[in-house]
Amino acid sequence: MYNAYFVPNPATPNECVSFDESKCVGCNHCVETCRCDVLMPNPEKGSPPIVLYPDECWFCGTCVADCPVGGGAITLNHPINQRICWKRKETGEIFRVKYEYMK
Amino acid sequence: MEFRQYLASNHKLEWPYPIKYGEETRVDADVLVIGGGLAGSFAAISATAAGARVIIADKAPIVRSGSAGPGIDHWSRCNTNPCAAYAPDEMLEVNPPDPYSAAHVNYIAMNEAWACAKELESYGLVIRDENDEYAGAAYRDPETKLMFAYDYAAKDVLRLKGGEQLKPILYREMKRIGVEMYERVFVTKLLTEGGRSGGRVIGATGFSTRTGEFFVFNAKSTVMATANPVRLWAFASENIGSGAHEYDPHLDGDGNVMAWDAGAKLMMMERSHSGSGGRRYPSYMTGNSDNTWYGCIMVDADGKEIPWVDRDGKRLNTFDERIARAPGQRYWSPGGAKNPYRIRGPHSIADLEERILSGEYKLPFFADMTRMSDTERRGIFGLMLGAEGKTKIPVVETLTNAGFDPERDMLMANVLHPKYAGIPSEPYWDVKTAGVNGPNIRETSFLNYGGLLVDWDLRSSLKGLYAAGNQIAGASGASVAASTGRYAGRAAAAWAEACKAASPAETQIAAEKERVYAYARRDKGYGWKEIQIGLCRIMQDYCGDIKSKEVLEMGLWWLDSIRENELARAMAANPHELGRILGCTVRLAVNEIIIRQCLARESSSEALGFARSDFPRDGDADGQHLVISRRDGTTLVERVPFDYCASEGTPRECYAKHSRL
Ligand SMILES: Cc1cc2nc3c(=O)[nH]c(=O)nc-3n(C[C@H](O)[C@H](O)[C@H](O)COP(=O)(O)OP(=O)(O)OC[C@H]3O[C@@H](n4cnc5c(N)ncnc54)[C@H](O)[C@@H]3O)c2cc1C
Repeated sequence: MYNAYFVPNPATPNECVSFDESKCVGCNHCVETCRCDVLMPNPEKGSPPIVLYPDECWFCGTCVADCPVGGGAITLNHPINQRICWKRKETGEIFRVKYEYMK
Repeated sequence: MEFRQYLASNHKLEWPYPIKYGEETRVDADVLVIGGGLAGSFAAISATAAGARVIIADKAPIVRSGSAGPGIDHWSRCNTNPCAAYAPDEMLEVNPPDPYSAAHVNYIAMNEAWACAKELESYGLVIRDENDEYAGAAYRDPETKLMFAYDYAAKDVLRLKGGEQLKPILYREMKRIGVEMYERVFVTKLLTEGGRSGGRVIGATGFSTRTGEFFVFNAKSTVMATANPVRLWAFASENIGSGAHEYDPHLDGDGNVMAWDAGAKLMMMERSHSGSGGRRYPSYMTGNSDNTWYGCIMVDADGKEIPWVDRDGKRLNTFDERIARAPGQRYWSPGGAKNPYRIRGPHSIADLEERILSGEYKLPFFADMTRMSDTERRGIFGLMLGAEGKTKIPVVETLTNAGFDPERDMLMANVLHPKYAGIPSEPYWDVKTAGVNGPNIRETSFLNYGGLLVDWDLRSSLKGLYAAGNQIAGASGASVAASTGRYAGRAAAAWAEACKAASPAETQIAAEKERVYAYARRDKGYGWKEIQIGLCRIMQDYCGDIKSKEVLEMGLWWLDSIRENELARAMAANPHELGRILGCTVRLAVNEIIIRQCLARESSSEALGFARSDFPRDGDADGQHLVISRRDGTTLVERVPFDYCASEGTPRECYAKHSRL
């Protein structure tokens, strides 16, 4: 199957927060916490919120900090140009921020 | 046809909240607080304690709203805490406030910041190291278990261990004592007695950014606490992430514009500083060694330490020297080499730029916490970053989950040209500004910027209108916001008790309703983002690094033209977008105030970051502030001396007379 949708470009950042559907209970606590109304309640009750305005995210992380479920039900994703790296002193190896779970 | 229009008309995409455009709710109170950030929350609590019936309205959800919503790490001016080396009056001698920070506000904060911290503790905030996590740290007082930052001997800046929970705790307390909260209500206009400009302030109007419902708040006194505008010169929501804006994106300049429209006096609106564009990492993510990461060891690509020096240029070789005073020095505050000599603290070498360019220090740089003691390392990657705004999750959790270990790893710093990065008081590699891609912009966050001129009651020039926090000209910082909120709440409650209620003018309400809703009626038109970016262009071009009468006047012409053309054709697809478009109307108006004040100042000022090519003489030595206001369409300009609040007596006498304690 190939994609051929009649849709506008994805907003950047694409996905400022992502939900783990197996953990999120759709309580909308994050929707109520977000100062920018980035998140909207899902019309389907119990499902993760819809990320309507990712381009307005302040990346404050309070939606994650205040999530009553925790444990990765919601994760903050810095956009690619904000992912930094570090060096392990002993070995000189370089590592970076990655979001392995993002498909 | 615009795609969104096509989408909305062909699919059933319903707004998730009930739509109540045109519906109106009226609420009466003794005290109305506009803005439920740090200052507004403290004002609401203290006015309630003084016996007033209080309502508070915020554009955002109060539990996390305002710049301090995600947390803060340091609480300054605790000069009355049991460990403090200098009491407020002594501190005035040791470190006289700079003339561009409101002296009375500074004194109020020195007297009340510690009281605010204790109040927060009584509401449940952790302000001490009760479980001895940092036992033995040089910054910790073993008896009180309080922890301090920067000048460890002065002990006036508290590291707020539970700082991340600041707003949730204030929110719960307001709920508990019965403050009536109106959240996601965008306040748009002050109501004045008889609808007259310059008249007594008797409330405000607003609308919900979820339902569109209209609110009329009628109050005997009003505390304005909407902080200072940010990102007026640069805005890009796309592709910047956390670097897009340091301060709360809701800070459009609301209080300044509403007060200006009502006829109040404003001051220092010409102040701004130059900053970098948006090529930065998330706030405080790596090595801000002048602030949250104070003292952090930075090394170059070969592992060579970036040297630190004291105010006299003496090399400081150990970490302990980076928290000590220079010989003969009584106090220092962080802020690097640009701080005045008297309070210039330890800092990294001032000529780093040349040394990088000559190859002496090789890029990239790293923040190397592995070389620091355990308590100092955890003091940063734990205590400070765990409390500071936008760092607990975005920095600590993100890096930890990705495998970063501060005991083994060195975090890489931004690789920037030092010339184009950072605010003057912080290291260039952890730049902080409102950013877009591009080199040089100007900004109004982080220092003491313009706002309302207030007296010793924190009352503006209008009856019934008080101000707190960054709303006040020359005020900035978390503990200053809390202290002035607490103080203004008392003053506003006292005024409310002494005066009679007045009914608002219906014509004023009707006109405002018309103005607000116009954008929600169009089914076609400009969106808020393009307008906001367009307004930034005007500020970049006509209110930039070098100003003159000609460019500033062109700026006013452009603003008028945008108001009559693009903004008059703006469209909001829902109440959320209506909020953003109203934000643009505020931005346009605050730009106009700024440009008018820039035009009125016929001298330059290094302290204000203000340069006029047609008036190059530096006017700082004149000892005067410029004050502007608007009455019936004309801009009025007057001058007040720097010590405008000293005419009644010494700070101690004035505080005793006005503080209501
Ligand atoms: C990431 C970060 C970290 C910081 N860390 C520290 C620190 O460690 N120490 C320190 O001293 N300072 C710190 N600061 C600065 C400090 O947070 C601010 O100085 C302080 O929050 C100012 O308080 P305020 O009440 O004046 O403004 P804010 O707390 O910003 O509150 C303003 C409120 O007004 C509301 N508002 C605006 N317009 C309207 C309107 N039209 N209608 C209704 N409501 C409106 C906003 O939604 C907001 O809630 C930090 C700032 C940031 C951004």
